[in-house]
Amino acid sequence: MGKTIAEKIFDAHLVDNPSGDIQVVRLDAVFCHEITTPIAITDLVARGKDRVFDATKIKAVIDHVTPAKDSKTALQGKILRDWARRHNIVDFFDIGRNGVCHAIFPEKGFVRPGYTIIMGDSHTCTHGAFGAFAAGVGTTDLEVGILKGVCAFKKPLSMKVNISGTLARGVYAKDVILALISKIGVNGATNRVMEFSGNVVDAMTMDQRMTLCNMAVEAGATSGICAPDKVTVDYLWPFIEDEYPTKEAALDAFNVFTPDADAAYTDVIEFDVTPLVPQVTFGFKPDQVKPVSDMEGEPIHQVYIGSCTNGRFEDLEIAADIIKGKQIDPGVRAIVSPATPDIYSRALSAGIIKIFMDAGFCVTNPTCGACLGMSNGVLAEGEACAATTNRNFNGRMGKGGMVHLMSPATAAASALTGTISNSPLFQPGGDNQ
Amino acid sequence: MKNFNGRVLFLDRSDINTDEIIPAKYLTESTKIALKPNLLEDLVLEGFDPQKDIEGKSVVITRDNFGCGSSREHAPWAFEVNGINMVIATGFARIFRQNMFNCGMMAVELDATAVDELFAEFAGEETAIETDIDKGIFTISAGEISRQISFSISEYDLSLVKAGGWVEFADQNY
Repeated sequence: MGKTIAEKIFDAHLVDNPSGDIQVVRLDAVFCHEITTPIAITDLVARGKDRVFDATKIKAVIDHVTPAKDSKTALQGKILRDWARRHNIVDFFDIGRNGVCHAIFPEKGFVRPGYTIIMGDSHTCTHGAFGAFAAGVGTTDLEVGILKGVCAFKKPLSMKVNISGTLARGVYAKDVILALISKIGVNGATNRVMEFSGNVVDAMTMDQRMTLCNMAVEAGATSGICAPDKVTVDYLWPFIEDEYPTKEAALDAFNVFTPDADAAYTDVIEFDVTPLVPQVTFGFKPDQVKPVSDMEGEPIHQVYIGSCTNGRFEDLEIAADIIKGKQIDPGVRAIVSPATPDIYSRALSAGIIKIFMDAGFCVTNPTCGACLGMSNGVLAEGEACAATTNRNFNGRMGKGGMVHLMSPATAAASALTGTISNSPLFQPGGDNQ
Repeated sequence: MKNFNGRVLFLDRSDINTDEIIPAKYLTESTKIALKPNLLEDLVLEGFDPQKDIEGKSVVITRDNFGCGSSREHAPWAFEVNGINMVIATGFARIFRQNMFNCGMMAVELDATAVDELFAEFAGEETAIETDIDKGIFTISAGEISRQISFSISEYDLSLVKAGGWVEFADQNY
């Protein structure tokens, strides 16, 4: 019997099988941020175990609330900063160099095909875009990861999601994943890895694959994962060119982690995206999804473009293309948060930041910010936000607020009208191929 | 080992998420005990008032996919500091379930029919539960009615509950 990507990665990292279907795996990287790590650090100190398994494999960033908004968040940053310094964690990204964890760590080349990665953050599944097994964990698992470089998982089961057809113009990876979550439900992939494949995935850029994998957890998945290919190698090349003589050699090495044709999956989902139209959520669960056209005219109070789902360069580029030379509706306020300093800087050079500012957007520093209602754009009761984020739970962006999840194109178009609107790039009923 | 006996809080909905259990704005706390007043604060559920209904409860019985969403261990901690060490549900989100056992708490799955019967028979009544962890039996009672239900958790999960969590276990073994 052949193996899935996750099974191959587990086989290569297996440390122990303490009982039944539990597998303890060696970790290639442990990612940390200031919200879930400080309590792990404090606990390690209290236990007299203030150690790290390998300072070069730990990467840390202050991203959720940055710069600190109050004394409590300042303390969280300080605990992480002091810890990184005393353990010589070189890859620590502090204010000025920091960005949203799931955007900055891949951008720095920290994610490789075949890696095992944990982080105290549910959207860690994003890094599966590189053919890594990357899973969100709680603080205790993180603490053990920091101390021992291992984590326990159930033997991974995988669901294959074959995405075929042709995406219409104005329809993006975000629309694909929203439609998919709607299809299988918020519990549809629980305790399974979603292995994405098909010609549509093959044609996606790394930014798009990260959007796809990012929301796997919204269907309950342990990780999203895409097989490594030429696109992966091209993205990683600046970081690996000293390790492999040619790109072909790198691809050969990474091909160890492509799935076997006869691998066993719990489910196989065939998803032809040719008829897919832009999608938007309407309730408090990420599987409550409708075509944007069914929600057009619904009033919004805020637009938020950013987050680990859709705050990358391509996302800003698409949104800027729609708002260029126009003004946001006077009834809304709009916020854009480039996900990393590098994305911000590139957007600045490309004139994208000016387009946002001229249109009336507030441009913030890179941070998770409003996505989870901690800072930089919290909603008031009764307000609605058109957001490129990943989670629309009740109260997520502020108590009594409503979050409508959508693509950057739909969010940009909605900023111009002050209501949920299809982007001009998408022509309903037209030839969008 | 923690206490798994006591009065039951019924939460009759599937997909109760981590943000409903403890909103993100409280994730700036650096101690577990600070989470105590805010457990289930954003859960909107008919007949449920977090101010009145949590006090004195030790066990939650709920539906499917409990704890979906964030990885925040603040969710189990918010239960723990309120004296609730066990959740019984039709199903759990992976990270929440693992976090419970990692803290030496219990997340026990029962099939949907068994959970339906518990809601039909006991919800709305003053209900208490006693847990025999070695035999895998819950004794659930309200007034004159008493029922026994068997449950199972894996040997590994049981070892975490008995060890008091995953940190000690891992430090001894790896």
